[in-house]
Amino acid sequence: MGGNLLDRVQASLGGQALATDMVHGILVLQIAPESLVTLVSHLRQQHGFDLFLDVTAVDWPQRQPRFDVVYHFYSTRDFVRVRVKTRVDEADPTVDTLVPLYGSARYMERECHEMYGIRFRGNDDLRPLLLYEGFVGHPLRKDYPKQKEQPLVPYRNVQP
Amino acid sequence: MSTTTPVPRGEKSAAFEYLTTRKDEFVGWARKFSLFPYPFVTACCAMEFMSVSSTLYDTDRFGAALPRFTPRQSDLLMVVGTVSHKQAPILRKVYEQMCEPKWVIAFGVCATSGGFYQNYAALPGIDKIIPVDLYIPGCPPRPEMVIDGIMKLQDRIANQRHPIINQDF
Repeated sequence: MGGNLLDRVQASLGGQALATDMVHGILVLQIAPESLVTLVSHLRQQHGFDLFLDVTAVDWPQRQPRFDVVYHFYSTRDFVRVRVKTRVDEADPTVDTLVPLYGSARYMERECHEMYGIRFRGNDDLRPLLLYEGFVGHPLRKDYPKQKEQPLVPYRNVQP
Repeated sequence: MSTTTPVPRGEKSAAFEYLTTRKDEFVGWARKFSLFPYPFVTACCAMEFMSVSSTLYDTDRFGAALPRFTPRQSDLLMVVGTVSHKQAPILRKVYEQMCEPKWVIAFGVCATSGGFYQNYAALPGIDKIIPVDLYIPGCPPRPEMVIDGIMKLQDRIANQRHPIINQDF
């Protein structure tokens, strides 16, 4: 049943997906960032992907465009997942927000924003979620120095 | 047989009416058996803290049983687990709220040095922001190590200067 549904999803997409693939039983859709909102609302309304699981990003420092923004959706009716990937450039790492479709996207987009610096156009609350005010940079980008610290409390002078 | 006559009730005998000791020794003895820990528990070491403070290992035997959940009533700060940079101001404030005399135990390797968290988020050892008296390494430390640490701290308390009851007080 899950397999049939994924076939139907694949068939109904038309030309919106740049590439489709099946990875470990999950349908993976590679799309252009401009078609994100139309495709996701299509998935939600026509195919019942009603649960927004996560949004994260992958940093490919050598590649152009540099970032993959990766979304996962789940259908609580058919118990299947779909993964949507889109690519954005370092110069303008912006995608449209999914908050109008899924309220839970608010928090997850905040986390993705602070960790990778992806901007979500239309999400009006991108304050730090796990990090703190004043943190400079995006720690999960590959070019963030591994041991760079930004302490909030000045360190004591510890004698060895 | 003894020739001493029994002491009538309410009257004083000559034996063990007073004893002499050094003041520091006496105050240290009193203090080392009345440690009131404040558990600043942030991570998985908490499981080991529960184990060592409950029946099986029972820190009550060392007078360090009753956790006070306000720093103002405690004199032993046990930092149990990873402290992140975001939490560091809270830890600093908790330490500053404690009254003297106060001691600090870094419980577990994360509180001691950051452990394997060497990254943007974790504070690499709480001694970067507050003074620490005793480090208990381990991930998590065995309860025996914690008890050994508490006893070492008690030895130190017993042997240190306790500058109270002087000309000012």
